[in-house]
Amino acid sequence: MTTTTQAGTVGRPKKLSPRKRAQRIRLVQYAILLVVVVLLILNVDGRQVQSVFFRTDLIQVTLTSGLPRALLNTVLYTFGAFVFGLTLGTLLALMRLSQVAPYRWIASIYIEFFRGVPALIVLLAFGLLSVAFPGLRFPLDPYGTVWTALGMVSAAYMAETIRAGILAVPKGQVEAARALGMPSGMAMRRIVLPQAFRIITPPLTNELILLTKDSSLVYVLGLTASAFELTKFGRDISNSNGNLTPLVIAGFCYLIITLPLTFLVRRMEAKAKKAR
Amino acid sequence: MTAMTIPAQIPTGDRADEIQVYDLHKSFGDVEVLKGISLTVRTGEVVCVIGPSGSGKSTLLRCVNMLEEPTAGRIFIINEEITDPDADVDAIRTMMGMVFQSFNLFPHLTVLQNCTIGPTAVKKVPKAEAEATALKYLDEVGLKHRADAFPAQLSGGQQQRVAIARALTMNVEMVLFDEPTSALDPELVGDVLDVMRRLAEIGMTMMVVTHEMAFAREVADRVIFMDGGVIVEEGHPDQVIGNPQHERTRTFLNRVLHPTHVHTGEEDAAYAARHAAELGSGPEASGELPDPALRTDNPGRSRL
Repeated sequence: MTTTTQAGTVGRPKKLSPRKRAQRIRLVQYAILLVVVVLLILNVDGRQVQSVFFRTDLIQVTLTSGLPRALLNTVLYTFGAFVFGLTLGTLLALMRLSQVAPYRWIASIYIEFFRGVPALIVLLAFGLLSVAFPGLRFPLDPYGTVWTALGMVSAAYMAETIRAGILAVPKGQVEAARALGMPSGMAMRRIVLPQAFRIITPPLTNELILLTKDSSLVYVLGLTASAFELTKFGRDISNSNGNLTPLVIAGFCYLIITLPLTFLVRRMEAKAKKAR
Repeated sequence: MTAMTIPAQIPTGDRADEIQVYDLHKSFGDVEVLKGISLTVRTGEVVCVIGPSGSGKSTLLRCVNMLEEPTAGRIFIINEEITDPDADVDAIRTMMGMVFQSFNLFPHLTVLQNCTIGPTAVKKVPKAEAEATALKYLDEVGLKHRADAFPAQLSGGQQQRVAIARALTMNVEMVLFDEPTSALDPELVGDVLDVMRRLAEIGMTMMVVTHEMAFAREVADRVIFMDGGVIVEEGHPDQVIGNPQHERTRTFLNRVLHPTHVHTGEEDAAYAARHAAELGSGPEASGELPDPALRTDNPGRSRL
């Protein structure tokens, strides 16, 4: 053993330094990228791609046959479900932190159930509720149905976020509030919750983004055309034309909603990091 | 000198006996932190509670306004029993302010709002009136010009002075201070102590848990030395700090007043004996600390 190590440095070619090695790996990566791009350019028929994904006449049709209405519906479904979920989620979070054990159990069961079940099933179930219970009507149908169904699912996720936010507020804050003579409910409302929501604004905005995309599940409810959201709207026109252009446009519309929100979250997180 | 004798009548009924504590016990799980504390703080009195960490002095203070619930014992605030299960604890708390080691200002509110939220939300004082009071006290602690700032924009010393103003805007009868300068950079301690000194001068009743011996000696009317959950020694600061009667008091003061002084010898031996079980094989096994009993270089300890 000892002899080989002594000889090793002399006999074998010198090992590359880590810096040289990293440089060489980078060069290989650039080479692979170049090859892929060249292959793509040589093999893909640009005109066909354009006619499948961006057909000009279909763009016109899509834009003029109710896209604004579908975009508005997506926003309405999402926003309503978010408000519903936030309210119920706050309630669930407070129940999870309650001194009363059964409240904690109920909230835990609710949260585990709705986080474990696909949102699609919940939507389907709510769609069938009015069939199963004749006479049962959600207000503002179908908006009420969607808000309740999607809101109940997102409430389960938000409850955990809100609970974490409440727990992240230092204990001294409650003590200072109680020392001023505030009852515990007032201390929660005036001191803890405002700080908790400030802490969880970024994750809640992420939840809003997820909810925007989840609103596409609404297609499983048999909706009338005026209640179509982006996905259902794009899919219908795509189906009847055998072309993907309307779906691509619907997809871009989602980006119009989600990208600014993503940008907002990133800015809030950067600001929070700086404040710390 | 040690635990006071419990009066025949509880509470005394004397309006000037603002804080009365009788045979207070507090346990956290199996650990008994307070082992029967009795004391009275009278109107206008400044009582400083000193003692080593873990002696229970902060717990005592937090029991007085029920931030910690006592295991046993009774506490009266101006002859109202705060430990009574039927007591309106929130109402009694409005009579006493509390200043925390870590300030605990509300970060989502401005300095002014920090000072007005108590009066407006709890006492239903009109906003304009509460703001006028708040500005008056902010002026007294020298921070009126920062009324619209947020706590994060202030230094630690400024935050603590706002915290004092916040306590005062409730028009309290007494203020509890829980190590108010322990979290501050040394150069900021003076400003806070100045505010507290002025507060003492105008006759505020104050109970102060502190490590600032010079402040205690100068400002306190009475010093209480606690160790191991009991009051070991109590009396005028010149007596307790200047001429302590108990060995434990002397040892503590020595360590606080001469922190750079290296204590070895019999104190280490005593420590090792007390903690023999936890130390296990003990310092001998580590081979770094020589057996204290064998040391001959035990420096003579200075007297105060």
